[in-house]
Amino acid sequence: MVMLAWTILLAPLAAAGLVWLVGIHRKPLASSAAILGLLIAFGCALQLFLAGRSGALILPLETNFAWIALPGLTIQFGVLIDPLSLLMTLVVTGVGSAIFIYATGYMHDDAAYSRFFGVLSLFAFSMLTIVLATNWVQLFMGWELVGFSSYLLIGHWYAKPAAAEAGKKAFIVNRVADFGFMLGILMLWAYSSADPAQRTFNFLQLEHAGLVHGAMPVLIGLLLFCGPVGKSAQFPLHVWLPDAMEGPTPVSALIHAATMVAAGVYLLCRAFWLFEGLPEVMTVIMWVGGVTAFLAAGLALVENDLKRILAYSTLSQLGYMVMALGLGGRTAGMYHLTTHAFFKALLFLAAGSVIHGTHEQDIRKLGGLWHDMRWTSLTFLIGALALCGIPPLSGFFSKEAILTVAFARNPALFSLGVLTAGLTAFYTGRAWFVAFTGKARGHHGHESPPVMLIPLFVLAALSIVGGFLGLPALIASGVHGAAAPHGGAGHAGGLLVMAVSIAVVAIGLGLAWLLYGKQVVLPGQVARALALPTSFVEQRYYIDELYSWYVLHVQQRYIARSCEWVEQRVIIDGLVGGITALTRWLGFTVRLLQTGRVQAYVLVFLVGIVWLLTSALH
Amino acid sequence: MITLTHYLLASALLFAIGVVGVLTRRNVLMILLCIELMFNAANLAFVAYARALGDTGGQIIVFFIIAVAAAEVTVGLAITILLSRQFKTLNADEVSFLKW
Amino acid sequence: MAEAVFFYLFTGAMLAAAWSVVFNRQPLYSVLSLLVVMFCLAALFVMLQAYFVAALQVLLYAGAVLVLFLFVIMLLNLAPEALARMRVFTWQGGGALLGLWLAFLLARIFAASAQDEGALSAASAPRGSVEAVGQLLFEKYLIPFELTSFIILAAIIGAVTLGKREVPAKR
Repeated sequence: MVMLAWTILLAPLAAAGLVWLVGIHRKPLASSAAILGLLIAFGCALQLFLAGRSGALILPLETNFAWIALPGLTIQFGVLIDPLSLLMTLVVTGVGSAIFIYATGYMHDDAAYSRFFGVLSLFAFSMLTIVLATNWVQLFMGWELVGFSSYLLIGHWYAKPAAAEAGKKAFIVNRVADFGFMLGILMLWAYSSADPAQRTFNFLQLEHAGLVHGAMPVLIGLLLFCGPVGKSAQFPLHVWLPDAMEGPTPVSALIHAATMVAAGVYLLCRAFWLFEGLPEVMTVIMWVGGVTAFLAAGLALVENDLKRILAYSTLSQLGYMVMALGLGGRTAGMYHLTTHAFFKALLFLAAGSVIHGTHEQDIRKLGGLWHDMRWTSLTFLIGALALCGIPPLSGFFSKEAILTVAFARNPALFSLGVLTAGLTAFYTGRAWFVAFTGKARGHHGHESPPVMLIPLFVLAALSIVGGFLGLPALIASGVHGAAAPHGGAGHAGGLLVMAVSIAVVAIGLGLAWLLYGKQVVLPGQVARALALPTSFVEQRYYIDELYSWYVLHVQQRYIARSCEWVEQRVIIDGLVGGITALTRWLGFTVRLLQTGRVQAYVLVFLVGIVWLLTSALH
Repeated sequence: MITLTHYLLASALLFAIGVVGVLTRRNVLMILLCIELMFNAANLAFVAYARALGDTGGQIIVFFIIAVAAAEVTVGLAITILLSRQFKTLNADEVSFLKW
Repeated sequence: MAEAVFFYLFTGAMLAAAWSVVFNRQPLYSVLSLLVVMFCLAALFVMLQAYFVAALQVLLYAGAVLVLFLFVIMLLNLAPEALARMRVFTWQGGGALLGLWLAFLLARIFAASAQDEGALSAASAPRGSVEAVGQLLFEKYLIPFELTSFIILAAIIGAVTLGKREVPAKR
């Protein structure tokens, strides 16, 4: 079992190494190594999962080796298998495998095909490092590796300035968040035990022992939350995710649906024991999640780029998950993460299929794809309906679980969530009606090859049946001690919640149909009628402008200049130049003693002797 | 009554005169001569102590000093000749090419 | 009493001659003054019953070293004026004062160490004879004595090498 656990982690790494070392000019080898590596990991995870089901494997399974052993501090590297990480591993490797296979078709003609698969494997390894980490340091390492490999993937077409910029943006924004995250980890370590020798980064030990008295748990919690805010692209650090759509579509599907952005949510679950006891932090988390969900849905309303609509939708759904966790709905959040991974990967891949077939991603220039790309359209429709939350698709159940939790705990957030659900239905419907129905607007697509369609079918199937796999029970079994809040439709008020959300979704879809399908009113007229909010949303709430104003007018002008002044005047002129000047002055002074005159030397010598004698005599 | 101290004082004075010479004369030859003075001051002290302590070892040391001084003078004078050939001067101040 | 007379006579002559060595304008006179110093010293050595050393002093210093000096002076044919300038008044003249201070210090040290001895007792055996010194030299100090020959050999080789070298044109 331990071997299996390690294989999950190391198979993608081996694949990455193979691709980088020998596969860089061998396209079939590169892609097959990457796919095989991930499939092996998936197989191992599945076997562990089944073993856990049958009781042959007692969870949690933890195996470690001392990675960095210092006196008083041992940092371990290991694999932790518990229900949470197992579920996440299955999602990452399963959805990841589908995306990898899809990518062989999508990237078929790409010049840097092998490099792409090498980085994909590296990314998978990084993600699994996060998921299977046994301690915070290992998790942070995976965290940074994910950031790095996502930088490489987003900037895959680095010759395109927008892609290079997007990669940079993702990296830098994540760095801002990771700084706080790292501080949080270090503080967590410092307060893990009163005895310095007993301090630990280990998840299970921390969860078991808790923090020492006198720790600043609220601060720690907020700092730790910085990490998910960056990785899961929560407001106000969400700006990198839409731009990251510059990467190839499989990357978007992998990073922005199934794995990287889910890492933040996974982290919140992992450290749930900590957040759970901190109402202040929970409040922050739920409001950040709720606001993100709503604002991102608003952004998706006016977006015309098919992939960007999905990106905003991802933001919005991530907001949902974070909100659920903030409300205490660990099961609901994790549930939604899983189903979202299915249907959002499906949506992205279907969108990728559209882009592959038409070389166009502006929905205004698309249309009537239903006729040209029947299978792609069908799978997209399944994904879209799952995203909206139409029963009995998987999205319905998980969203229901979240809304139920919200209904029970916080009415304000519940109404925000319902509103977001309506908006979600509306923008999803808009994308569908504009791009897939009606008449074609100049672009006639051709259906994608089977290698791309089969993953779509698999994901579509998962999106349909995701609600019936018994996931909540599985997730709840991983909660240690704390009572799992009940999700699901059977809860009191569940029927009401269900009715409300279905009604809202129906309204949203209906409005979309009226505006874009039937075209009762032209969308432009609506936009003019609501000119002020529309422009506000179209400018993405001016958040990017705020950041660039901050960077240009505050950071560059004041902070950077002061730093420059310190560097130039104090460090270079003062310290470096000062040492130089001092050395030169000393040398010049001492040099004067070197007169070259024998007698001067004798004199100095005598002065020394006389001084010694005088001091010896007194 | 002449004591050891008398001899030692004479030795000290002789040594000091030698030092003054080494420091003040600019001629290399004269510096060498003054070094001889200092050697002899040391010799006097040694012999005086040998007498006072009844140990002939002090006189043996004087013998060695004389031998070393002879060797020193030989080399020193050779250098002097070389200096006067090469630099056309015996002024120690002008022979300062080890400067800086 | 006679001892005191002789002591002051020879010491006075020696110091005066030493003064002359240092402050004489003419190198030749300096060398001759040094000769006087050597003879006075030899006399003092005799008074200290170091007969062998006294003989060596005269033979080696007066006979060999000073003659060497004279040879060199004559060889170089030095003009007196160029050599005579003193610099008592330059900053290195401070060295002269320093030398005097050194003499004072040395005197103090010697005086302090010699207090126990007091007068030079006539009782101590006259062991400065050639026989006594020779015996010591060839028994106890044989190895240092032999090593001295290496020093002298080295000095000879050095002197010959330096003196014989063809001087290249000044660069």
